Amino acid sequence: MEKEIKGMERTSSGKIALKTKENSNNAIKYTLIALVVLTVWTFIQMDYGNIDLGNALYYSLKDFGAMMFQPNLDAGHFTWKTVLSETFVTICVALLCTIGSAIISFFLGLLAAENFSTPAVSNVVKALMSLIRAIPTILWVLIFTVAIGLGTEAAVVGISFHAIAYLTKAFSESFEEINPGTIEALKAAGASYWPIVFQCVIPETISKLLSWTFIRFEINFSNAVAVGAVAGAGGIGYQLFQAGSFYYNVHEVGVIVYTCLIVALILEIISIQLRNRFIIN
Amino acid sequence: MTSAAQSVQPKYDNSYLRKKNLTIIAAIAIIVLMGWFASNYSDYDSIYAISSIPFALSWLFTNFMPTADSLQELPEILYQTYSTILAAVASTTLASVLAIVVGVLGSNVVGVSSVVVRMALRVIASVFRNIPIVAWALILLLSFKQGEFTGFLALFLSTFGQLARLFLDTFDEISVGPVEALKTTGASYWHIVFQAAIPLAITQLMSWILYMVETNIRSATLVGMLTGSGIGFIFDLYYKNFRYDTAGLVVLVTIIAVIVIELVSNKVRRSML
Amino acid sequence: MNKELLFEVKDLSKSYTADKKALDSVSFTANTGELITIIGSSGAGKSTLLRCINRLIEPSSGSIKFKGKEVTSLNRSELKDYRTNVGMIFQGYNLIYRLSAIENVLHGRLGYKNVIAGALGLYSEEEKQRAFELLDEVGLSEFAYRRADRLSGGQKQRVGIARALNQDPAMMLCDEPIASLDPKSSEAVMKQLREIVDTKGITCIVNLHQVKTAIDFSDKIIGLRHGKKVFEGLPSELTLDTIKFIYEGTKDEATEVSAMEQIGDSHLKAGASND
Repeated sequence: MEKEIKGMERTSSGKIALKTKENSNNAIKYTLIALVVLTVWTFIQMDYGNIDLGNALYYSLKDFGAMMFQPNLDAGHFTWKTVLSETFVTICVALLCTIGSAIISFFLGLLAAENFSTPAVSNVVKALMSLIRAIPTILWVLIFTVAIGLGTEAAVVGISFHAIAYLTKAFSESFEEINPGTIEALKAAGASYWPIVFQCVIPETISKLLSWTFIRFEINFSNAVAVGAVAGAGGIGYQLFQAGSFYYNVHEVGVIVYTCLIVALILEIISIQLRNRFIIN
Repeated sequence: MTSAAQSVQPKYDNSYLRKKNLTIIAAIAIIVLMGWFASNYSDYDSIYAISSIPFALSWLFTNFMPTADSLQELPEILYQTYSTILAAVASTTLASVLAIVVGVLGSNVVGVSSVVVRMALRVIASVFRNIPIVAWALILLLSFKQGEFTGFLALFLSTFGQLARLFLDTFDEISVGPVEALKTTGASYWHIVFQAAIPLAITQLMSWILYMVETNIRSATLVGMLTGSGIGFIFDLYYKNFRYDTAGLVVLVTIIAVIVIELVSNKVRRSML
Repeated sequence: MNKELLFEVKDLSKSYTADKKALDSVSFTANTGELITIIGSSGAGKSTLLRCINRLIEPSSGSIKFKGKEVTSLNRSELKDYRTNVGMIFQGYNLIYRLSAIENVLHGRLGYKNVIAGALGLYSEEEKQRAFELLDEVGLSEFAYRRADRLSGGQKQRVGIARALNQDPAMMLCDEPIASLDPKSSEAVMKQLREIVDTKGITCIVNLHQVKTAIDFSDKIIGLRHGKKVFEGLPSELTLDTIKFIYEGTKDEATEVSAMEQIGDSHLKAGASND
C-alpha cells in the first residue's frame, strides 16, 4: 500500500509532503512570522504605565458607553449652533483642500505619468511626492502654523500637501491606464499636447479622477478633524479636544463624535458608490 | 442612412456639443462658488495662503535644518521612532486578526447566511472606522492616562475599523467559483473559509496589512501628540520649546523610516504574488 | 457492467423571474456507468440543470431522485452527504490557485472530514497516498507540488477531475469541462471522463456545446432548447434536423450545424441503419 509514486516527496518525518515550495508562499509565511514576533516583542517591552489595567478597561468601556449611548450637551460648554457651525467649518476646510489639491494634482499627475512625460521628470515628481507623503499631515500643519501663523490657512495648506501627494499618485496611475492606441491615433492626426489632454485624457479618465478626488475628500475631512484637535485650527476638532481633554465630558464628546460620524458616513456611502461604479470595473 | 437623416446629424451634434460646453461651464461655476463660499465661511484667505507658501518653505529650510546640536538628541529620536514603528506593527497585526473575522463573516461570498448579521457587522466596521481617531485617544486618555499603551489602544481601535472595511471588500471580491467547487465536495462552512476563502484572499489581505503598517506610522505620530508617546510626543516637545532644528531632525528621521518601510513592504508585496 | 437506475429527474423547473422559465419540466434518467451529454446553445438551461441537480441552485419545482432518495427535500447535513456522493467539475476549473495540485486534489476529501482537520488541511497518510494515486491516474503526479495557477488549462482540468474522483462519487456533473481548452486537451479530458465511466462505473452528466464531441463520447444525448428537453436518445439517433432545431436562431447555430454537416454523412448513415 505504501507505494511510492513518481514525484512524491516526503518530509523529514517521513510523511507525504503537501505544500508547494514556491517562494511566494514562503514570503507570506515569513511576513506573518515577522509581524507576530514584532507584536509579541512590542507587548513584552511596552510601558503600561502606573495604572490598574483592568480598572482602566472597565472605566473606558463605561466612558465609551456613555459617549455612544448618552450623547448630550447638558453641561453647557457648547451650544448646538457651535457644534454644527464648527462641523461645517471642518467640511469647508476639507472642501478647500480637496479642490485645490485636485487641480494641482491634475498637472502634477500628467508630469508623473510615464506616457505623458519624460522618464526623468516622471521619476523626479514621483520621488518628490513620496517624500511629501512620508511626512505625517499633522507635522505639515504644525510646521505651517509656526511659519504663517495659526489659522485656517495653515490647516488647509498643511492638509493639502499630503492630499496633493496622494492624488498625484492616484491620478498618474489613472493616466497611465489610458489605452496607448487612443493617444497614438490623436498624435497621428496631428494633435499636440494640450488638445490631446483635453480631447482624450480628460474624457477618458474624468470619472476615475472624480472618484479619487471624492475618496480624498473623505480622508481630508477626517484629517481636518484631527488637525483641529491637535493644532487648534480648522473647526470641530478643537471642540472635540476641549470636550475630551479640558472639560472631561464624554457626553459632549459623544455629540461631536456623532456629528463627525454622520458626515463621514454620508461621505463614505457616496465614495463607495463612486468607487464601485468607476474604479473597479 | 437617408439624406434627411444625414442633414439632421450635424445639427444634433451641434446642440450636443453646446450642451456639453454648458455642463462644463456650470460645473466650473459650481466649484468656484463652493470654493468661494467655503473660504468665506471658514475664514480662509486663499491669496494669503498661496503667497505664504514660498516664505513658509524657505523658513522651513532655514529653521528646521538639523544642526550639530540637535544630533545629540538622535539616540532619543531613534528610540522613539523605533517604539512608534512597533506600535504601528502591533496595532495592525492585532487589529487584522479581528478584522479577518469580521471580513469573512460579513462578506457576501463566504459570509454567514443571515443578512441581518452581515449588515450588523458592516455597520460596526463602519462606525469604528469613522469615529475620529482623536476621539478614541481622548476617551482612552480619561482612564488609561498618558502613555505608550494608550496610544497603542487608540491606533488598534481605529485600525480595526479601517481593516474590517478593507477586508470586507476583499472577501466580497474573491471569485465565487472555487468556493462553489468546495461546496460541491460536501465541505462544511469552516472548511470553505480556511481552505478556499483565505487562500484566495491572502495576497490582498497581506497587501492591506502592509499598507496599514505604513499608514499607522503616520497616524501614530498624531496619536502620540495626545497620548505622549513616540515620534509625535518628542516632535511636540521640541516644537513647543522652539527647538525647531531638533524638530526638523525628527521629521527627517520620520521621512527615512516611512520610506524605508514603504520600500521593504513593496518588495515583500511583489515577492508574495 | 450491470447497469441499474441511479438517478432520476422528473418535471424539473426553475424560474429566476416570474415570466421566464430557465428550466421547463425537464425529465430524464441515468443508469450507473453511463456518460450522458446535455447539448444546447448557451442560455438553453444546461448549466442551470446541472446546478439544480446538486442544489447549488434550488429548483422551483419537480423531483430529483438519487439512489431512490428524494434530493429536493434533504436537510443541511443530508445535502452535504449527497454532495459528497456527486462530484463536479467546472469550465473555469475552480481550483484554489495558491495551493499545490495535491492540496487541491485532497479538497475532495473535505466532505468526509471533521471541521478542525478539514479547516487546517490535516490529512491522513492513506488519504495523501490515494490523492497521489489519483493524480498519477490523470498523469500529473510529477506536478503534485506545482502551484495550481502554474499549470496549463488541460492540466488544471485534470486536477479538477482528480479532486472530484477523490470524493469517491457515484456520479459526476461536468459543466462545460472543455469549453476553455484547446482541441488536444479537450480530447484528452473527454477520453479521461470516458475511461472513468467505463472502468469505475461512475455516471457522468456532461454539459457540452460541441455536438461532435457529444456524438463521439456519449452513451446518451439530451438536447435542451429554451429550458425544454427537445431530444433524448442515442448519439446515432441524432439527426441534422434535430441539431438545426436545437440550435435554431442562436449564435451557435452556424458553427454547430456546419460541423454536423461535415460529419453528417457517415453519422446519418449509421443512424439510418439503426432504424
